[in-house]
Amino acid sequence: MNVIEASGLGRRYGSTWALRDCTVAIPAGHVAALVGPNGAGKTTLLNLAAGLAAPSAGDVTVLGGRPAGSPMALDGIAFVAQDTPMYKNLSARDMLHLTRNLNRRFDQQYAESRLGELGIPLKRKAGKLSGGQQAQLALTLALARRPRLLVLDEPMAMLDPVARHDFMASVMMAMAADGVSVVLSSHVLAELERVADYLILMSRGRVQLAGEVDDLLASHHLLTGPAAEADRYAERLNVVHARRGEAQAHLLVRTTADDPVPPGWEAHPVGLEELALAYLREPAAAAALPGPDRAWRRALPSETGRQTEVSK
Amino acid sequence: MDIDKGISEEPRRAAGVSPIDFRLDPASGVPTYLQLVHQVEHALRLGYLQPGDQLPKVRDVVAALAINPNTVLKAYKDLEGKGLAAGRPGQGTFIQATLSQVALPELGGLRRSLFGWLADADTAGLDEDGVVALFTSVLRDFYKRRGGQADRGVASGETEGVA
Repeated sequence: MNVIEASGLGRRYGSTWALRDCTVAIPAGHVAALVGPNGAGKTTLLNLAAGLAAPSAGDVTVLGGRPAGSPMALDGIAFVAQDTPMYKNLSARDMLHLTRNLNRRFDQQYAESRLGELGIPLKRKAGKLSGGQQAQLALTLALARRPRLLVLDEPMAMLDPVARHDFMASVMMAMAADGVSVVLSSHVLAELERVADYLILMSRGRVQLAGEVDDLLASHHLLTGPAAEADRYAERLNVVHARRGEAQAHLLVRTTADDPVPPGWEAHPVGLEELALAYLREPAAAAALPGPDRAWRRALPSETGRQTEVSK
Repeated sequence: MDIDKGISEEPRRAAGVSPIDFRLDPASGVPTYLQLVHQVEHALRLGYLQPGDQLPKVRDVVAALAINPNTVLKAYKDLEGKGLAAGRPGQGTFIQATLSQVALPELGGLRRSLFGWLADADTAGLDEDGVVALFTSVLRDFYKRRGGQADRGVASGETEGVA
């Protein structure tokens, strides 16, 4: 099952496309990270999936084909918006009350015991809680709805390192205990390296690369060798990003296991951050690569004819 | 997802607590699951873990390190694949075998000869970093010549072929 599936999805604000031709399928059971610079379209995609905005083009479904924004979809998806907005003058207890009455399903007991474990007083006004506590309160409200998909938009931007760690541990615990799928966005790559096992790279309103982190890392290498030969190999290899000195060149290449390392060159594995940076520095790279297409097909085991067309 | 859920509901015996705890080195560049695998192997070599010991429960590792549960499962699956650990349904993952260790008397001999070699290196003017660099390089060559075992000795595997 795919927790989010978009096909030709676009959203325009005035004459500007915030998201364009977005075709992606995020499978269940993962922590999927939406990574990209500011203005890449991450929040727009999440808002469309959560049903907070309507598409200008294409369509998006969640949790195995439920149209985004439909009651069926809303029941299964919990969304924590950027900076965890809260009614500052309401107490934590009032926030629970409010959320319970605005949703068809709300596990009051779970919410109260979780806040108890976290040492968040129910009487305290939300605005008087620390940043970490506010984030945990927002997460508690989301999890108490017992969602199948938890969507977090820049969840940790405002948090200090300890609060970040605790917040992420809470999210991972929910995943381990209840099998919740997670989709989160961030432009801080380092904080995702430990948690994300599915990566969607976005740039300028488009999806540049998508796939399981292990597969992406296994299919990319950094080749280091003489700069004089770099051009010759660049023709044969799928070079994502090249850095050259006068004598030595570094090529980040997409390879298959059968591709031999050219003689005189050294291959190094790449990390998630290095890989993402290479793609983000070359916004055109995805178009030349078979990657996203392959990941997209594989993510759809029961492919229907309607979705076989690939954008571009 | 196949996770040992429900375990926390049963009474936790003192014996069910794992003798080891994991830590992560974010700067090492080694994938998280491999770091967990290496730490188990290391603990086995040093005797912190014995056959029959329980590995930390997935939930506990996730809570302590704030990592993806799939990562822990992958590490445990890897250890199972190596025959070092085995999952018991509803209970957790347990150490099944120990890593072959060189008998202690031989270890003493090897230690002494290494001491002698280090003294030679020192006399020749190698400092500590030089010794490590030389040793790592020879180690890699040695296992490469033996065929495909380099990742055992050079655990970080920072240079590996594409194949």
